[in-house]
Amino acid sequence: MVIRLFRRKDEGDKKIKIPEGMWIKCDACLEIIYKPEVERNLNVCPKCNYHFRIPAMERIRAVTDEGTFQEFGEDLESVDMLTFTDTKKYTDRLKEAKKKTGRKEAVVTGAASINGIDAVLAVLDFEFLGGSMGCVVGEKIAAAAETAKELSRPLIVFSASGGARMQEGTLSLMQMAKTSAALARLSDAGIPFVSVLTDPTTGGVAASFAMLGDIIISEPGALIGFAGPRVIEQTIKQKLPEGFQRAEFLLEHGMIDIIVERTRLKATLTQILRYLTGSGDR
Amino acid sequence: MILQYLDFEKPIIDLESRLEQLRRVDDGTDKNLREEVAKLDKKIGKIRKEIFSNLTRWQITQLARHPNRPYMLDYVNHCFKNFLEIHGDRAFRDDPPVICGFAELEGERVVVIGQQKGRNTNEKIHRNFGMANPEGYRKALRVMKLAEKFRLPVVTFIDTPGAFPGIGAEERGQSEAIARNLLEMSHLKTPIVVAVIGEGGSGGALAIGVGDEILMMEYAIYSVISPEGCASILWRDTARAETAAEMMKITAPDLKKFGVVDRIVQEPLGGAHRDHKAAADALKVALVETLSALRHLSRQQLLDRRYAKFRDIGLIKRKAGGNG
Ligand SMILES: [Zn+2]
Repeated sequence: MVIRLFRRKDEGDKKIKIPEGMWIKCDACLEIIYKPEVERNLNVCPKCNYHFRIPAMERIRAVTDEGTFQEFGEDLESVDMLTFTDTKKYTDRLKEAKKKTGRKEAVVTGAASINGIDAVLAVLDFEFLGGSMGCVVGEKIAAAAETAKELSRPLIVFSASGGARMQEGTLSLMQMAKTSAALARLSDAGIPFVSVLTDPTTGGVAASFAMLGDIIISEPGALIGFAGPRVIEQTIKQKLPEGFQRAEFLLEHGMIDIIVERTRLKATLTQILRYLTGSGDR
Repeated sequence: MILQYLDFEKPIIDLESRLEQLRRVDDGTDKNLREEVAKLDKKIGKIRKEIFSNLTRWQITQLARHPNRPYMLDYVNHCFKNFLEIHGDRAFRDDPPVICGFAELEGERVVVIGQQKGRNTNEKIHRNFGMANPEGYRKALRVMKLAEKFRLPVVTFIDTPGAFPGIGAEERGQSEAIARNLLEMSHLKTPIVVAVIGEGGSGGALAIGVGDEILMMEYAIYSVISPEGCASILWRDTARAETAAEMMKITAPDLKKFGVVDRIVQEPLGGAHRDHKAAADALKVALVETLSALRHLSRQQLLDRRYAKFRDIGLIKRKAGGNG
């Protein structure tokens, strides 16, 4: 697994590319760290505990039992219904994202077991157009919720997204309603939904399925919010306080249940699922 | 109310003031003057029609934000009787950009919920320019639950640049408040009719926009992000807002085509701001018809229909033989 995206905590979304070698520089503490060690540590910096952004498949490997993941709807692809062009054509942006990630869209969904508990998973991939939610992401999340309901299995969604996908216009806005409606049905059926927020979870994804978990977990330091920090600063014309919109800030304000380090995530998910479904030992 | 006008409305406004001058001196004795008045009147009609049948999406955006455009309370006062406003989210405070209450529509009791921009500076500040805080959305949800409990249909009016992006809004969970409304509205056991009357700004608009039928005024807009916001992110230049408005296709006919909107409500010629009463009458007809049609559905039919409606919105490519 190659780490491609680096981000310094104090520099927003600025990306720094470092030659792929055995040694890499941590985004957060700027220490030179040994790559195999970081990878063994699930891409968490062994020096400062910074949680690197990771691709969807890596996330799935980190929390599921080996060989149990079965993907749903991997062939679904986006349509350029608006013939949208900004500085690039949307169709070209999609092509590039597919090439970069080897995936067809910004979410991976499927069934898997977690320490023997069967679950349905949806994992957003920030590397694919910033994890933005267009019609395919909306469809796959809603379908995952429906499948979880049919199979009576808990749903776990890992978010990593800048929000709705502008290139699909108002149709992408409507995916917020679609995913939330599917979660309402899941909730009415009494099936657990655990939402895991990772860096970053903002905009239309935060303002729909991500904040609707029966239990909401976040990784340490993740940026979570409705409006982006830049938009807020421009609106209120003042500097934002240190740590604003970070996971710790949300915990303090009562917006999330628990902050869990990546290396503890599988164990914590297992415990939560056992409490909510009544299966196995707590 | 002082009539303000947009650049592209100027030719019409100029001719109208000329017409008014002529009419003032016309005492009915001068035949030539009378003919000139009639001619000018016809010309105005022709020019107005020309301008309004070729509006760009950016011009429609400006109409949707027109300072004289009817706001939620104008529609409530024209279409409904005995409006009784109720306040507060029972947790933090009352949020003035969101207005909730009971009203009568053609003798039927309904709950109305909407976003209100301010007309003058004081009102604008009081209403926070129509940008709600989490407590506004939570107030709306509280009142929707009342509607469900007492079996009253809900009518919502969307008119907001977006949810307020502020420190307090984030602290109190703006994203959770919006998300919660989406979920709860999707299975609220009473009819919900949504009217997009002006600016449908993103998640902050949708947070009162999940319903059984979505009506949209002819010159309203409804978008995932404001054209300015889109331009600033994709082009890094807010001056490209006009292009962004074109690209995102945010007008009523666009959204009808994509299945986001069910019915377009025609505005009076020249736009709703030129004749509030005519605009309200048109919306009232649509609301009455829509609500009476929904009344025939059972609760289960209503909820299944609402679910299917939002479940189906969107365009994707499914590979033949794929398991999507
Ligand atoms: Zn570090």
